[in-house]
Amino acid sequence: MTLAPTPGQTVGPFFGYALPYAGDSELVPPTRPDAIRLHGRVYDGAGDPVPDALIELWQAAPDGSVPQAPGSLHRDGYTFTGWGRAATDRTGHYQFSTLRPGGASPYFAVTVFARGLLDRLLTRAYLPGAAPAQWPSLAARADDRGFVFDIRLQGEGETVFLTHAQD
Amino acid sequence: MSELASQADLSAEIEAISKEYGAAGVTETDVRLDYPPYRSSILRHPTKAPQQVDPEGIELWAPVFGQRDVGELEADLTIQHRGEPIGERMVVTGRVTDGDGRPVRHQLVEIWQANAGGRYIHQRDQHPAAIDPNFTGMGRCLTDGDGVYRFTTIKPGPYPWKNHHNAWRPAHIHFSLFGTEFTQRLITQMYFPGDPLFALDPIYQSIVDPAARDRLVATYDHDVTTHEWCTGYRWDIVLTGSHRTPLEEDDA
Repeated sequence: MTLAPTPGQTVGPFFGYALPYAGDSELVPPTRPDAIRLHGRVYDGAGDPVPDALIELWQAAPDGSVPQAPGSLHRDGYTFTGWGRAATDRTGHYQFSTLRPGGASPYFAVTVFARGLLDRLLTRAYLPGAAPAQWPSLAARADDRGFVFDIRLQGEGETVFLTHAQD
Repeated sequence: MSELASQADLSAEIEAISKEYGAAGVTETDVRLDYPPYRSSILRHPTKAPQQVDPEGIELWAPVFGQRDVGELEADLTIQHRGEPIGERMVVTGRVTDGDGRPVRHQLVEIWQANAGGRYIHQRDQHPAAIDPNFTGMGRCLTDGDGVYRFTTIKPGPYPWKNHHNAWRPAHIHFSLFGTEFTQRLITQMYFPGDPLFALDPIYQSIVDPAARDRLVATYDHDVTTHEWCTGYRWDIVLTGSHRTPLEEDDA
């Protein structure tokens, strides 16, 4: 049986008091010695930053395992849940403090929401060297504290967004 | 130069897209990302088709949200302050399933909405309607073992926005959902039956197929309505199918 899925709709402009929460973007405390930062900017088709976007992150643990512990909304500061949420600021910038994902081809699974974007977009931010050659826009680049991953919704260097085959 | 389009201009654009869709004879089940009548979408939709990939590793799982994350009282938006909120108290409930009809169990549902006067508690919402000090308009719950969610809230009002001249959004509640795997993530909006603003609203009309659009409209349900207390609406949500082979515990 295949049921028709419920269509998506834009997150709208007023999610700011509902979806972001204290500690949302800190999968681990930034002061932890092995904490890294994943950050970047979201741009629209005119190259302007998008100040009302929301990014979600879902990732493997450093050993490559899939975290299955609750506590992403009420963080205890110790449990690595692998999930986070970050709203962009006035300059379109988002950031997460997290751990380096492990596995054979390590990446962060990323979801993008924004006012003006009618449905969520799914993509991947690969660690340097792990991105498939045909998708250079999915390669995060290293900086002094972690990785930078910019998201371009449209235009030159448009980020590759992904869809997942249904059985 | 950036003079706002009139509703008549917008309605003509919506009508033209609708006619073109009808003539194409192909059913679209999803929302369009490229829908110019929703002006803010023009520079914010990807122009390239998404790349099809097999989900792997982390994408075959969803983050786990448990009782530690969500308190039971968070599903009642009418008790978050000292007094009773103004407006029509209502219960909204329904079942979340995947595309194969399996219940989506113990997963997070988040909602947010305007108050009865059509005003959000948000600094960018400057619509001159009253803020209700007893209503913030944000709630969370986990689906139960049958995939059922249930919120007690206040019916939101329609509100003006600046997409075009005299633009008003139909009353709606924003829903954020997680499935059993990451690929099922969904944010959408629930609407109320018979809203006169449906035909005029470019966000609702960005789902060009009438049957697909109807899936966002709740049903009034007198069995959910309770005596002397509140009205009731039912709205079921279908996420996409799951790629993962179901484990026994998933179907337990």
